[in-house]
Amino acid sequence: MAAGLVGVLGFFFLALRTDIGTGGLDLTYRWGLWFISIAIAFGGRLLLNLFVFNRAKPIASGIKISLPAGAISAGSRVLGPFLLLVALTLPFIVMAVYPDRDRQFIDLAILIMTYVMLGWGLNIVVGLAGLLDLGYVAFYAVGAYSFALLAQYFDIGFWMALPLAGLLAATWGIILGFPVLRLRGDYLAIVTLAFGEIIRVVLLNWYDFTGGPDGISGIPKPSFFGLDFTRTGGFAEFFGIDYDSIHRFIYLYYIILLLALITNFVTLRLRKLPIGRAWEALREDEIACRSLGINTTNTKLTAFSIGAMFGGFAGSFFATRQGFISPESFTFLESAIILAIVVLGGLGSQIGVVIASVVMIGGIEILRNLGFLKEIFGPDFEPTQYRMLIFGLAMVLIMVWKPRGIISSRNPSAVYKERKKIGSDMVAQGEGH
Amino acid sequence: MEYFLQQLINGLTLGSIYGLIAIGYTMVYGIIGMINFAHGDIFMVGSFIALATFLALVALGISALPLILFITLLVSMLFTSAWGWTVERLAYRPLRGSFRLAPLITAIGMSIVLQNFVQITQGARVKPLPPQIQGGVTLIEGVTENGTIAVQLSYMQMIIIATTLALMIGFSLLISKTSLGRSQRACEQDQKMAALLGVNVDRTISLTFVMGAALAAVAGFMFLLLYGVIDFYIGFLAGVKAFTAAVLGGIGSLPGAMLGGLLIGLIEVFWSGYFSVEYKDVAAFSILVIVLIFMPSGLLGKPEVEKV
Repeated sequence: MAAGLVGVLGFFFLALRTDIGTGGLDLTYRWGLWFISIAIAFGGRLLLNLFVFNRAKPIASGIKISLPAGAISAGSRVLGPFLLLVALTLPFIVMAVYPDRDRQFIDLAILIMTYVMLGWGLNIVVGLAGLLDLGYVAFYAVGAYSFALLAQYFDIGFWMALPLAGLLAATWGIILGFPVLRLRGDYLAIVTLAFGEIIRVVLLNWYDFTGGPDGISGIPKPSFFGLDFTRTGGFAEFFGIDYDSIHRFIYLYYIILLLALITNFVTLRLRKLPIGRAWEALREDEIACRSLGINTTNTKLTAFSIGAMFGGFAGSFFATRQGFISPESFTFLESAIILAIVVLGGLGSQIGVVIASVVMIGGIEILRNLGFLKEIFGPDFEPTQYRMLIFGLAMVLIMVWKPRGIISSRNPSAVYKERKKIGSDMVAQGEGH
Repeated sequence: MEYFLQQLINGLTLGSIYGLIAIGYTMVYGIIGMINFAHGDIFMVGSFIALATFLALVALGISALPLILFITLLVSMLFTSAWGWTVERLAYRPLRGSFRLAPLITAIGMSIVLQNFVQITQGARVKPLPPQIQGGVTLIEGVTENGTIAVQLSYMQMIIIATTLALMIGFSLLISKTSLGRSQRACEQDQKMAALLGVNVDRTISLTFVMGAALAAVAGFMFLLLYGVIDFYIGFLAGVKAFTAAVLGGIGSLPGAMLGGLLIGLIEVFWSGYFSVEYKDVAAFSILVIVLIFMPSGLLGKPEVEKV
């Protein structure tokens, strides 16, 4: 059955290949590939039926695996500080363990932390306030471009531009949010998506101001209290250590770690404030919220603008890390990845976001480096082109496996008498309006 | 005036394609209330299948163009429906009854999968197909200071508009008259109640995806014939535009989707005709935002009733 399906589906893509030849399009036949894929699907399905489905049913229905509740909460209590400790000491661990590839690993860590920060920022909007935002990358772009343009036209450094970029992104959040927040659910989603595309198209076509598809290059690097990371007269000379280009990477890593921790701290504190409570109430039930006298428009606007502000911070960090930005970096795919991180991690869960970004972003990068597969499948085999395919499949599989994300239970923010954990089946949130 | 008429015709042609894709979005949304992000990529898959079939038929030595076009249309509808069914089966059915964002994420995942699958198996380069249907009729000839301007209605545009009309009428009848359409409308109103009354909900939803995919295949084939250039990335923008069209017309309503598609097509063509080509997408999206602010449920949509 499955094999037949693969045969039908794959017929036009695996068996036939359209190529541009002389005088138009040519068609090549690849029957071998087609038959192999059918055989693989047949075999895979047979094995699955024989070993997984037959055995799993009687056992799984009989025994219900349940960890004691205390173990889970203790685990998550320890996990947070543990991850923090790892994050703080990461550059030194990496330098000690992989001295020859340290730059690559720290670069990867910076990338992951950027996504953690973006995930935490979006978590405010989607996870706490329950507003489905498909255009979060717009604020990321606003942050990046405002720093790049400020640096280009007014020669402003990173630390000066950072608050300005956040402020600008927050302003854009309000400008966008004000008219559209009356919309509900999917209408809001599509308008935010449209907004993200509008920003990208404007950046792409406003050639005189933003450089269009060429982007902006030569964005200044951040300085350490006025000390640059250059070969002479900079950071290394001031502290009397040997110059090493790795210093700048470590410094960048700590900047993004600091920014991400600020995001996390602010979010955690905001959840305890009336505004945070109002967000969560809004997510659970908007009508009840309104009848209790909460100004839903203001509540949504603050969620939107604070989320946007953190997006802006992350954006200007991205600009300074890359040194070059172009509209190519701010496509819908980025929004989708950030949203996927938030949802896969479990909405509203801070640690879930960390785990999801390590898995997703780290996973992508690992797939990029699978050189050994080349030796198995021959020199024509290019593993990098499969990484987005695998990324997409992983998204589908994780979601099917755990529809509520990796960390699906949640501590209530407000407690009455005793603190209970809310299981995922009890949480009816995520309505997105 | 002549220029205006010409742009009107072009806009209607483009709008028909958007409308056909938008119907797939709106039907799925009406029944299970989710944005099927992979639908744009189903459209792309459809146009690739059409391209391969077309070339295979030419290679087999069939020379009658209408026959080739007809067979290609049927084959691409059939195979794209199989894709639509599979996507629903793999990515959405396991998540039925789970919370709302989960199928959205699998849809985005599926869209990434489809794009990259086509890119790997068919290559990343643009596939050009020389125009197959040429000629047309001149409707009006006008004289301006620059010379004569003729309003052309090409056979291609006639075919597209006629096919779209025929499919629209067919689908409206299908929804309103057949038992399948009845069960679809029943599922739309209340899935649980429909199931209790003996409607096979899973089957109905699968068939909805199949129908949407078949229409997307038609749109994909027409896109291929009209523009003659496809690549693995066309699905995203077409999908977003079509979804915009569905929302603009009022999501969940079939005539709304068609109307929205035509409007988006017209806005795009007129904007690029009279103002600037670069900002045509911005224009389409801005109209969407403005319409939604003043008419939050779209042009033909039913206002949502909130119940506590």
